[in-house]
Amino acid sequence: MAPFIVYDLISENMNLFLAFIIGIGFGFALEQSGFSSSRKLAGMFYGYDTTVLKVFFTAAIVAMLGLLFSSLFGWVNLEYVYINPTFLTSAIVGGVIMGAGFIMGGFCPGTSFCAAAIGKIDAFVFIGAMLAGTFVFTEGYSIWERLYNAQYLGYPTVSELLGIAPGTLVFLIILAALGMFWMGEWAEKKFPREEY
Amino acid sequence: MSSEQKKPRSYMNPYLGGVLLGLVLLAANLISGRGLGASGAIKDTVVTAVKTVAPTHYWNTAYYKENAKDTHPMHSWLVYQVMGVFVGGFLSGVLSGRMKWKVEHSPKITSRRRLIFAASGGLLFGFGAQLGRGCTSGSALSGMAVLSVGGFVTMAAIFGTAFVLAYFFRKNWI
Repeated sequence: MAPFIVYDLISENMNLFLAFIIGIGFGFALEQSGFSSSRKLAGMFYGYDTTVLKVFFTAAIVAMLGLLFSSLFGWVNLEYVYINPTFLTSAIVGGVIMGAGFIMGGFCPGTSFCAAAIGKIDAFVFIGAMLAGTFVFTEGYSIWERLYNAQYLGYPTVSELLGIAPGTLVFLIILAALGMFWMGEWAEKKFPREEY
Repeated sequence: MSSEQKKPRSYMNPYLGGVLLGLVLLAANLISGRGLGASGAIKDTVVTAVKTVAPTHYWNTAYYKENAKDTHPMHSWLVYQVMGVFVGGFLSGVLSGRMKWKVEHSPKITSRRRLIFAASGGLLFGFGAQLGRGCTSGSALSGMAVLSVGGFVTMAAIFGTAFVLAYFFRKNWI
């Protein structure tokens, strides 16, 4: 039964070793998809390259369906799978700051590690600055502590919020994603560019 | 044709890349009961650095005191996972012939301008990821996979803001 670590099917050290292996898969998938290029990532926001949209939503849907089916077959106990808590204010404010950082810096944290791994100097600068930004957050924590903890909603899922079955929600997300993929393909034809 | 052969191999089909990434994310959930991440490892690094360089300050500052763990902060799931990301990215770059030291930027701007913006963006992203309890991978992608409300909200805020601000930074990219 999964998660393996919860059911003691693997040891704590094995869990950390597998984290390293999972990371290799993560980095490999990102780099092969072209996420080591800031110009390719930023292309998302100008319509000339919608790879980010396609990779991001395909990955989310594959993982959603995988968890849904694994649960249906009795392979995984979803009660023990971590669900991100929702702090509405910080999710929005943090997201807005990250969005500004994304369009200025051209990377997000995971993609900057990938880009650094293949020698992008701008990615090393981005990583160094992220360390500094994190340091600002931890040092000034008392200033934004209230904002950080405001509007705590617990661990709600979107299906609970809408009062629909998780399967129905995932089906709707797949339909929405197909619509966005179609728009992405259209935008790339309309705003053609060379490959970076 | 010889110049053609020197070109790096093209990227993977994005939908196939997405399936691969999705399977990795699924594996993380089934094996370790958690999603992927990146900014958490940055935080562990900062916390460790502060603890090592200024231990007195560490034990007198709210954030570090409240989040202090028994184990060494670098001995964490996310730190090992991020080490893997470097190795995986490196292997992919070697296999596809993309290993090269360079500052990537639009021909319309200088390397210097690119690096200044990379630093500004990194500063904001580092701060925002701590405030938002995770970045594009930990909060948005992994949160969406488990249908978390917070995951969807963070995803919409990140991409929505980037779309809104894109016009002002177009020279940097196009």
